[in-house]
Amino acid sequence: MTLATFPASEPKPSWTRYFSFNTDAKVIGIQYIVLAFFFFLIGGLLAMIIRGELITPEADLVDRTVYNGIYTMHGTVMLFLFIFPVLNGLNNLLIPTMIGAPDMAFPRLNAVAFWLVPIFGVLLMSSFFVPGGPAYSGWWSYPPVSIQNPLGHLISGQGLWLTAVALSGVSSIMGAVNFVTTIIRMRAPGMGWFRMPVFCWTALAAQSLQLIGLPSLTGGAIMLLMDLVAGTTFYDPAGGGDPVLYQHFFWFYSHPAVYVIILPVFGIFSELFPVYARKPLFGYVYVALASFIIVGLGLIVWVHHMFPSGVAEWMRNLFMFTTMLIAVPTGVKVFAWLGTLWRGKLRLTTPMLFCLGGLFNFVFAGITGIMLATVPIDLHVSNTYFVVGHFHYVIYGAAVMGIFAGIYHWFPKFIGRMPYEGLGKLHFLLTFVGANLNFLPMHPLGLMGMPRRVSSYDPEFAFWNVLASLGAFLLGVSIIPFLLNMVSSWVRGPKATHNPWNAIGLEWLLPSPPAEDNFGEHVPVVISRPYGYGLGKPLVEHQAEIEQALALAEQQEAAR
Amino acid sequence: MTPSPAQGPRFSPLSVIALIAWVGVLVALSMWMGQLSYHWLPVQASTAAPLVDGLFSFETAVGTFVFGGVISVMVWVIVMHRAEKYDASDAEPIEGNTRLEIIWTAIPFVLVMAIAVYAMRVNTTLGMLGPMEHIHLRSSVEQAGGYPGDRLPAEQVEVIARQWSWEFRYPGSDVSTTELHLAVDEPVTFRLVSEDVLHGFFIPAFRLKQDIVPGRAIDLNVTPTREGRYRLRDSQFSGTWFAANQADVVVESVEAHQAWLEAAARQPLQSGLSDASLEYAQRGQSRKAGWATVPPAPPPQVNVPGSNTQPHDG
Repeated sequence: MTLATFPASEPKPSWTRYFSFNTDAKVIGIQYIVLAFFFFLIGGLLAMIIRGELITPEADLVDRTVYNGIYTMHGTVMLFLFIFPVLNGLNNLLIPTMIGAPDMAFPRLNAVAFWLVPIFGVLLMSSFFVPGGPAYSGWWSYPPVSIQNPLGHLISGQGLWLTAVALSGVSSIMGAVNFVTTIIRMRAPGMGWFRMPVFCWTALAAQSLQLIGLPSLTGGAIMLLMDLVAGTTFYDPAGGGDPVLYQHFFWFYSHPAVYVIILPVFGIFSELFPVYARKPLFGYVYVALASFIIVGLGLIVWVHHMFPSGVAEWMRNLFMFTTMLIAVPTGVKVFAWLGTLWRGKLRLTTPMLFCLGGLFNFVFAGITGIMLATVPIDLHVSNTYFVVGHFHYVIYGAAVMGIFAGIYHWFPKFIGRMPYEGLGKLHFLLTFVGANLNFLPMHPLGLMGMPRRVSSYDPEFAFWNVLASLGAFLLGVSIIPFLLNMVSSWVRGPKATHNPWNAIGLEWLLPSPPAEDNFGEHVPVVISRPYGYGLGKPLVEHQAEIEQALALAEQQEAAR
Repeated sequence: MTPSPAQGPRFSPLSVIALIAWVGVLVALSMWMGQLSYHWLPVQASTAAPLVDGLFSFETAVGTFVFGGVISVMVWVIVMHRAEKYDASDAEPIEGNTRLEIIWTAIPFVLVMAIAVYAMRVNTTLGMLGPMEHIHLRSSVEQAGGYPGDRLPAEQVEVIARQWSWEFRYPGSDVSTTELHLAVDEPVTFRLVSEDVLHGFFIPAFRLKQDIVPGRAIDLNVTPTREGRYRLRDSQFSGTWFAANQADVVVESVEAHQAWLEAAARQPLQSGLSDASLEYAQRGQSRKAGWATVPPAPPPQVNVPGSNTQPHDG
């Protein structure tokens, strides 16, 4: 085998490629992530208005119609324009480099999937400016309230919302086809299933869920759009339809969607804990397989969102059992991470802190999740702030913190510069404290009986709401050190070596940032399982030579 | 000697004692949290409430133990297993332990199944206290006021949810109201119907919640057990004045309830409570910008509007 040489004097690609129809997965990955954080700021601003309204019992900050539009758009933007795109960005960066592929299987489809995001993003944002305002029926858009269309215009906020969600589904299906194909077909020589990094296992599991579930949501949304604009009665009881049917279409996808979000974050935890504990991942095979058990169970739990909707008693019991079962594979993962940390040599870097904080929040969310699966408890707390608290612990407390961990960890690889540790740790501290202060008080509120989605509430709920709002404002502030860190380290951060964290993985055998076609012709042959920390076995053939060549190129670069 | 990964680490007697003591502390803490959890819930005002609260207390205790255990391990490794400042070496490579994997698969499995079986038994008990609900398609006969079925308890109340008001009809007494009155310790059946969109019938003090689906009549049984004034809240988003769609529930003695019904029947029909209608009327004068809304349904004509501004117990 001839060794790869890494020319140090490649022409520097222009920054304008980030604004073009580029088919390089690494460019698309960064496009996804930057665009996602743009929408994260919009969604966050909406959250600030929500918490500003809820800091007092009366509906006094904005009109009730405005509040309803804003909470609807907050959920929609955060899910469809922040969290799915940011995860697809990480998939684009990590999947090809981790498995040694030059790019995604279908690069042009990949670019089309990305460019649909700004298109439906603009479509969704434009609904703020149509007469009547944006959709206001929550991100569930349950009929009949979602098809009331007060002004009766053909183009309404709700219609734009449904079109945007359907386009988001199309974009996600395109992405999923690509990710699944790439992982199955394009792994490096020697990388059998049980030599594949866990992030790729979780991405494969999550994207399989997208392929199975999304057609249900997309079809359900199109039928709702027909009810709204064409006068059909799929969900209208007066015309022989059934409003509860929509709830099945919606949750058949939207519960698995939670696993689409959390599985890759489990992947990030599984990648990062070994690096920063300097130990192999405990029970790698079990962790990898647990992802697919979660896929199987995740598809048969959706009715737990509908316990009070009027479903038969035997269905309530059945779906309670399946939901409870999900705790088992999830528990396997949590214990595996603890086993990885146990007797390790922990390095509390920014990515590690975000992982530890994310795990803390996730365990808490898991426990409230079991409570919500319990039918009699759910009948009391469903549609209350208890649920809002639970899923914000999952989505913000665990998933977003895991995503931040991943961004800090892989930033040097794909940007070629090191993020600043001080700002990173400040960001962690504000996020961890802010998230807990924001979301913990929602649990007592829900137990006391405060419904979600309310623009005003009885005075007995004021105390916990004030705390939650203060936490939210702290979370709003927490994003400032992150943005400062990203911008300043991207522009003038210290140059990153090819493996600044001393991590094991194919992506760390590439220069930082990698060449456009990653390993090109010279894909290394994988000879070991991932996470061989402390085992002293090389991951790939000729590993020492590859690392020497990378170090030499870095020295030459530094000398210039 | 190289320790094999399949072999568990050996513990000194002192560390075993410390571990047992810590587990004891966690158990005590969990039981205390289980007791504390009753105070996080509203007063118990129905036969269902103690059952739900008992289950919640049990899960709070189990959850505290699990959370405490996991966090203990995390805190321990963060404090005790940090790398020295200039130590770049790896830790001892432990790749896994099949026996441990089996244990920590089996224990959660048994635990969640136990919780599910306990919860299912509570479901059955709740069902025996009165069928939790019974769904009909709304037929024209029912809309005309017929109440078929031989399992209905003493009192039946028709609950009509609208955008945005609650109307309660007592067909036996020919009374309608916008404040729900119930007799203590008497089973009652609500027949839940909606005139427009989905609503949710949620009385936190009763620990029950049921969506109201247009096109269906849903029967829901409950037995109030405590006199007092409680809140009924709409729990399924129903549009602009969703948050204001609340009513008071008055639980009174059987005699007081009978007297109230008789007095109410003598009252002439008048406009019932509807905060939404009041706010909608003021909307034109307000300078606050708003987006489009469907107008509220006119307040129902009732014998007793009641009040929704008095202090409530939960």
